[in-house]
Amino acid sequence: MIESQNLTKRFGGRAVVDDVSFLVQPGTVTGFLGANGAGKTTTLRMLSGLSEPDAGQAFVLGGRYRDLPNPGRRVGILLDAAAQHAGRRGREALLVSAQMIGVDPRRVDALLELVGLDRSAARKRVRHYSLGMRQRLGLAHALLGDPQVLILDEPANGLDPPGMRWMRELLRDFADRGGTVLLSSHLLHEVEALADRLVIIDLGRIVAEGSLAELLAASGTLVVAPDEAGLRAALDAANLTARPSRDGGFIVDAEPEDVGRAALAGGVAVARIGPSGGSGLEQLFFDLTKPLEAVS
Amino acid sequence: MSAAAATFEAPVAGLGIDRRPGLVRLTGVELRKMIDTRAGFWLQLANLGLMIAFVVVGLIEADPQGRTFHDLTWMALGPAGSLLPVVGLLLVTSEWSQRTTVITFALVPRRTRVLVAKLSAGLIVSLVSLAAALAIGAVGTAVAGPSSDAAWSFPPVMLGQAVVFITTSMIMGLAFGAMILASAPAIVLYFLLPGGWAALSTISALEGPARWLDNAHSLPPMTEHALSAIEWARVGTTLALWVLLPAVIGVWRIRRSEVS
Repeated sequence: MIESQNLTKRFGGRAVVDDVSFLVQPGTVTGFLGANGAGKTTTLRMLSGLSEPDAGQAFVLGGRYRDLPNPGRRVGILLDAAAQHAGRRGREALLVSAQMIGVDPRRVDALLELVGLDRSAARKRVRHYSLGMRQRLGLAHALLGDPQVLILDEPANGLDPPGMRWMRELLRDFADRGGTVLLSSHLLHEVEALADRLVIIDLGRIVAEGSLAELLAASGTLVVAPDEAGLRAALDAANLTARPSRDGGFIVDAEPEDVGRAALAGGVAVARIGPSGGSGLEQLFFDLTKPLEAVS
Repeated sequence: MSAAAATFEAPVAGLGIDRRPGLVRLTGVELRKMIDTRAGFWLQLANLGLMIAFVVVGLIEADPQGRTFHDLTWMALGPAGSLLPVVGLLLVTSEWSQRTTVITFALVPRRTRVLVAKLSAGLIVSLVSLAAALAIGAVGTAVAGPSSDAAWSFPPVMLGQAVVFITTSMIMGLAFGAMILASAPAIVLYFLLPGGWAALSTISALEGPARWLDNAHSLPPMTEHALSAIEWARVGTTLALWVLLPAVIGVWRIRRSEVS
């Protein structure tokens, strides 16, 4: 279990993480979604005891991470796949940590095989690794201590589609065995593919949280009509909040039935109407992160 | 899996997988890190090679009076005194320049434990280097074929000073690494700062205090003869400035730095 209680972190007076609270239950894979710079990594670092919060508390397995006597055997962490000594061989990097946390060195070879790094890759120095290989090494490193909790920062970054499928199965299996997974991503489709719960962070604040199904249900009705101007007028007349969908039509914050009634009242022929599904969630995420992208 | 569910209870310190990694184990890890990269491996080998080379040159160049066990051993210690600090310095800074602190401090959140392990590993390497110097010195002496047994004498007090010389060299490197936390600047400042101080001390007004704080003044006598009380005092004040001060700053910085 992972618990963030009102975590706050300020850098130079600006709160990069602002009163962030959420709970990650065992048996779930939770996606921590936000644009670059939204505060994901800083939150994960506070959860892992690498950064001291200015306010609030972080709990892992019921206590503070720093109080775990041998954290590597309880919590697997991948915060930065690039953070490996470039001159060290991949296998050696794992052996060093295995020695540190008292893991049988034979487990290293089993893990290298699990993450798909073959013998020649394991012998290479990390300097020569691609991003995808570093991610795989990082994941093997996180799994080294046979942990119950995984905290992974952008683990899907650099993975190809088969790699994504493989990671999804691995994390699913980990959660099904009672493990707790928190993974961050700035890409919605990654989180949709890997996670079953979502925590969305924007400008350091939690803006939405729930299961994928809940968030999809809450993400409005998609309505499409050939006469866009007429539809807009009809929706406005019915006092419904609508925003243009990126794929045409509108996403309306209302049930399909109310939207249909509004179209009927306005005399607009509707081509398509129904729950917005993924596109609504995408729109939500897009809207949330838009100001930041416009700035950067 | 019921076993997994059962282990969700709070971890209990000292039991099974929750046993805190001991200092012996962590020291072993740090020793391993010193040689498991190309740079680290060659640095150690260069150290050994230079120790041998200095003794060989000594055998060829030194006058017969100087081909004693004592003098040859100190010849071997010379390059070690310059290279071991770099080994110690890199042992600290490489964690930052290679960003492995994220891993190291996630696995061992009590950062001072990691520092103590690095210090222990550094001291072990220093003492192994001293043993190597003694061995190389002994071989050199045997090769020189001394005419009298006196050539084999090595006063215990000089052995003690050798231990102080080699371990403080290492600790100074570790301390500079901890103070600066970046490989290249740390190496530059390690060689530049004491040199700069020595240059300053040529100003006559500063000559008095300089003598008490200048590496180049107060440390060399340690390699030549048994130190007098005042010489020991100078060694103490010099080491306080160049070893203790950077070490204190370094530990303070590392304990409170944001790791990323």
